[in-house]
Amino acid sequence: MGDHSDGTPTTSDAVAKAGHGEVEKFQDPGLPPHRLRLADTDPRAAKRAERQVAILFAISIVGTLVFFFAYFGIRLDSTIGTLRLQNLFLGLGTAFAMLGIGVAIVHWAKTLMPDHEVSEERHVVRTEDDRQVAVKIVDDIIEETGIKRRPLIRNTLIGALALTPFPAIVLFRDLGPLPGNSLRHTMWDKGVRLVRDPTGTPIKATDVTNGSAFHVIPDGLNELTEGKLNEKAKSVVLLMRLNPDELHPSQGREDWAYNGIVAYSKICTHVGCPVALYEQQTHHLLCPCHQSTFDLTQECKVIFGPANRPLPQLPITVDNEGYLVAQSDFHEPVGPSFWERG
Amino acid sequence: MSSATQSNYKPATRTGRITDYVDQRVGGSGIVREFGRKIFPDHWSFMFGEVALYSFIILLMSGTFLTFFFDPSMAESVYSGPYVPLKGMDMSVAMNSTLHISFEIRGGLFMRQVHHWSALLFTASVAVHMLRVFFTGAFRKPRELNWVVGGVLLILSLADGFTGYSLPDDLLSGNGLRIIDGVIKSIPIIGTYISFFLFGGEFPGTAIIGRLYVLHILLIPALILLMVAIHLFMVVVHKHTQFPGPGRNDRNIVGYPLGPVYAAKAGGFFFIVFGVIAFFAAAFTINPIWNYGPYDPSPISAGTQPDWYIGWVDGALRLMPGWLFGVPLEWNIPLPWGVNTLSLNVLVPALIPAGIVFTLLFTYPWIERWITRDDREHHVLDRPRNAPTRTAIGAAGVIFYCVLWAAASSDLIATHFKVSLNDVIYWLRALFFLGPILGFIVTRRIALALQRKDREIALHGRETGRIVRLPHGEFQEIHAQLDEYKRYRLVSFESPKPEQGIPNENGIVTKREKRRSKLSHFFFEDRVAPVTPAELAAGHGHHEEITAGDGTKQVSH
Repeated sequence: MGDHSDGTPTTSDAVAKAGHGEVEKFQDPGLPPHRLRLADTDPRAAKRAERQVAILFAISIVGTLVFFFAYFGIRLDSTIGTLRLQNLFLGLGTAFAMLGIGVAIVHWAKTLMPDHEVSEERHVVRTEDDRQVAVKIVDDIIEETGIKRRPLIRNTLIGALALTPFPAIVLFRDLGPLPGNSLRHTMWDKGVRLVRDPTGTPIKATDVTNGSAFHVIPDGLNELTEGKLNEKAKSVVLLMRLNPDELHPSQGREDWAYNGIVAYSKICTHVGCPVALYEQQTHHLLCPCHQSTFDLTQECKVIFGPANRPLPQLPITVDNEGYLVAQSDFHEPVGPSFWERG
Repeated sequence: MSSATQSNYKPATRTGRITDYVDQRVGGSGIVREFGRKIFPDHWSFMFGEVALYSFIILLMSGTFLTFFFDPSMAESVYSGPYVPLKGMDMSVAMNSTLHISFEIRGGLFMRQVHHWSALLFTASVAVHMLRVFFTGAFRKPRELNWVVGGVLLILSLADGFTGYSLPDDLLSGNGLRIIDGVIKSIPIIGTYISFFLFGGEFPGTAIIGRLYVLHILLIPALILLMVAIHLFMVVVHKHTQFPGPGRNDRNIVGYPLGPVYAAKAGGFFFIVFGVIAFFAAAFTINPIWNYGPYDPSPISAGTQPDWYIGWVDGALRLMPGWLFGVPLEWNIPLPWGVNTLSLNVLVPALIPAGIVFTLLFTYPWIERWITRDDREHHVLDRPRNAPTRTAIGAAGVIFYCVLWAAASSDLIATHFKVSLNDVIYWLRALFFLGPILGFIVTRRIALALQRKDREIALHGRETGRIVRLPHGEFQEIHAQLDEYKRYRLVSFESPKPEQGIPNENGIVTKREKRRSKLSHFFFEDRVAPVTPAELAAGHGHHEEITAGDGTKQVSH
């Protein structure tokens, strides 16, 4: 089409400017003429619409009856099957009960109620008259309180009001204890046996074959009567066995493994999900939440993803019965970082 | 109202007497007079707000039912209900009572599913409603404050969604809380304390479910109700906006009267929304906690997804690298009293994207107002194409959100499409920066192109598809001119021009003015002007009029 449709400056001069140049704008032709619907002119069509609305209401009644049938007629027998069946029919009954009414009313409004669009004037949100009266009222109120003339009252009022919220804040102090050292310690200690999660059976070093992985908790965790989950959230460990020459322990950590068996905290150093996926072939640990990937052969260094720190290693050895035990607690806090971690 | 006029009226029927009794005491006649025939404009996109309101009502009803059976206690219990795979398992009372609701209360599972589906619909409809308001410019004066109320409602709906999601104390939601705990702990100085105060000690503790419960069923819903009341009050004060068209302007409101048409449509729509939610609750299982099991810090299932509205924050956590080009993003800062840890790899993705989105959301009406210097009241909406830059900004925001949302499914994308997980993350990291920019450019071009098409149609009419061969052999397509109503819809918009900075009283264009001018150019430099009557007349000049069919048609050349 013509090149005058691309809005280049040559034609943009013809644009109406806000406020003036009304002649360069199209006149509002007003509301389009009303067009009658079929049901407005044809009594048979109106009658048909009436019947349709009534049928829809009837469908709603049937829906409600279906609900009653499902509620009283379907017996839950502790299988998922009957539960699903009852849920399906309770839901379908409700859906038809509701949709029947809804669609009927909307259909009624669209076909049989007047469809004349009406125009109404808007009112200004604030009139100048109102504003002046309101200002006068507020001025009078302030004058009558005398707060401007009596600064002593004003200042002490401000002081008193400013202080009152603080007790409300202080009240919340006992929501919880202070962190203290609790994030730095777990149940692991010298000689604590590594046991299977969740059964609690101890693990012999000889049970851990090359390439296998164990989900481990400290011995005694299952017997805790209080704070079991709190302890578990810090002390869960993954136990894996690699070829000893695939491990590359750094200085001071040479004896933290036992015959290629290593134990690492299962709590991700990113935001604390359990790092539960072990890729046997690559010796990678993957966190299913945010896909941080840790390399077992490099002391669980982060090789991909949002985590920053390696998983803490638990130094292990065997006791005289051949069961795996911890040499000590972790040497650093497990789990996500926090300000005081250092 | 004098007592004389009241005593003159004697209602004839029993209903009339009751109505009159109430009316004399509450002034119902005045209310009916004011609102009975109030005009509401009609447009399909105005229904999103209604969906939000109705799904909130359904949330209140289904949620109240659930509170009669749910026990928000984290005390230990052993499951002994009818669901065999969980028999004998340790779980919290909260989880136990949720299973009880699901398996032993008839309709309990249905109500849970209604509640969860309407929560998803509620947050979604609030979000889509806000997009509608943004893209049509309905946030402009006098509605800026109501836009802010809407933004607060969006945040409250996300908060209510998340607190409710955590209540069953199942494995999935427990891991969600664990992530929240990790994020809170990354906050400098006060993070550890907030975590301990929130959980009543170490994670997970035995307090969090009860506390979230109070927030979920009392505090947040009360705030939502308050905000909804303010929101609707302001809608009454401002009256509704309307789309541009013949007969509609900033001084009037065109639509159907409240009674009977609008009330019937809106009231009927409540039942439709309820019916659709009921259908979803009947046919699609949501949050089958019996498959997940109780919360335990050790196990986790792979490929799990948070509810859609939290997904973008989770996606941001996934996209942020822990190391950037060999530089660690967690810093141990030596301070006089010791070493403190700043975890930027957690803090930045948790706060910055949401911070950007909500800051822009809350300030946008004032940003645009400052650029355009527009102090007029606007009650006629913009068609999105007629505000190309705003529409492009909105599209960029949507893409920004969608990239983060997609990132929350990075593992599922990798497994479903059999691509490398690492590559998915790398691509999404690039898209995080490029996507919004590309989206901005493409959307603005599309909007301008649509405007040009509108111009063309207004000037030359629409294509009829009829090809005519002229006597000298030329083929032409017949174009049918629009009637004046249809044409007015295409030409009745404003297309502001970029502004130069205005000098102040000393004749100096300040830096602030220069910035405003720059932004004005950014907004309005690429523009398409509406057709003027003069252009249309000039266009007719070189048209050769022929008679085709029953009306006068034009042949364009």
